[in-house]
Amino acid sequence: MLRNSLLFILILGLAAIMFSVFMDYTPKEKLGPVAEHYAKHGKDEVGAANLVTAVVVTYRGLDTLGEVSILFLSAAIIGFFLKVRHNGNEEDPKIKRYSEILGTGAKLLVPIIVLLGVYVFINGHLTPGGGFQGGAIIASAFVLMLIALPRPKINHKVLSIVESMSGLSYVIIGLLGVLLGLGFLDNQILSLGTFGTILSAGTVPIIYILVGLKVGTELTGIIVNLKEIQNEE
Amino acid sequence: MIWILISVVLGVVMIAMAVIAIHNKKVTLSILSAGGVSLIASILYLLLAAPDVALTEAAIGSGLTTFIFFYALNKIKKYKHVEE
Amino acid sequence: MQNIGIEQISLGIGFILLLLGLWGIISQKNILKIIISFTIFETGLNVIIVAIGYIRNKTAPILDSDELQTNTVDKIVDPLPQALVLTSIVIGLGVTSILLVYALKLYKQKKTLDINDYKDTKW
Repeated sequence: MLRNSLLFILILGLAAIMFSVFMDYTPKEKLGPVAEHYAKHGKDEVGAANLVTAVVVTYRGLDTLGEVSILFLSAAIIGFFLKVRHNGNEEDPKIKRYSEILGTGAKLLVPIIVLLGVYVFINGHLTPGGGFQGGAIIASAFVLMLIALPRPKINHKVLSIVESMSGLSYVIIGLLGVLLGLGFLDNQILSLGTFGTILSAGTVPIIYILVGLKVGTELTGIIVNLKEIQNEE
Repeated sequence: MIWILISVVLGVVMIAMAVIAIHNKKVTLSILSAGGVSLIASILYLLLAAPDVALTEAAIGSGLTTFIFFYALNKIKKYKHVEE
Repeated sequence: MQNIGIEQISLGIGFILLLLGLWGIISQKNILKIIISFTIFETGLNVIIVAIGYIRNKTAPILDSDELQTNTVDKIVDPLPQALVLTSIVIGLGVTSILLVYALKLYKQKKTLDINDYKDTKW
């Protein structure tokens, strides 16, 4: 009883602070100085049509590298906690009720969803999209495969090789920028090309392809780990 | 003018689903309500002129989070059956 | 009526979601409900950040037509908060999954999901 009333007073106090912040807020009229620089020179310096992609990959590239490493760390922690024993080819102890419509529909849909994910991260610098969105769509395709098919076979080695190689290539492209004298993760080591085509904006499409593959295989690895402990012990 | 009305209606629905998610006794309904909050937030991001963020929130916040919650809940129920 | 726009309504919604999530974290007893309140808290936070970058009557920061490429400064919303929220949503998923795996391990050890039974390290 005392605990509930103390909690209520705490929430009321926080609400009062937030209300005063809310009342003082005047909406913005024009862009600030940093955003003005991105708007004016983004097209010439980076060459990507999607300004959010230009900010995430080029102007704030180090933050994206940090985020990719945080995702890698969380996937490693989950893989460490849920120790799965791979003893050869293990069968499901009981085959769950297999529905023919769901299985056939899933076999038709999974390649199309993977194709949509690949489209989203290849065209990340021209239309809304990018590496993280495309990776999440690819992980959703693998989840559909795990749920609908009776005996899904997922190759763990291929998943871990793709993930490690993508992460390593991302850092190597960044170091190439230092070697060629421009700066870490600079995108002008390849030519900028014509505005609005796929092969434009330097290394931005290459970086987003690598990020998309890495995020997709990582999220798939987390969900496959969570599924494989369902039938143990 | 009509966009202000639409955003107010969406806000009321979102807050109602959040209250249901916190107060309900069953855990299954709470998980689905939290997925619903994320979905309506994705529509709100579209009204705020942010299509990239709307794509990401719909794919990750509303899809993958619900899957992970249900896998964990299933494993807890299996632990309970083994013990009984 | 012309003074209230979408960004102020979204700011208010974000603040209310933040307070609801915080209340859920402190007052609930079931561990899974606490983790659900964490996800509501993070959703509210992201709505606040995106709502701050909105400017009235301007459009999304994607240069897909010719008239947006000529005088870009006057026509787009702020692209910087959107880039930060993109990162934040993905990290929120990572943190939620680690929390859930930890809750699984706790349940396996003590067979209860009530947080009042985990008082071993209190004095």
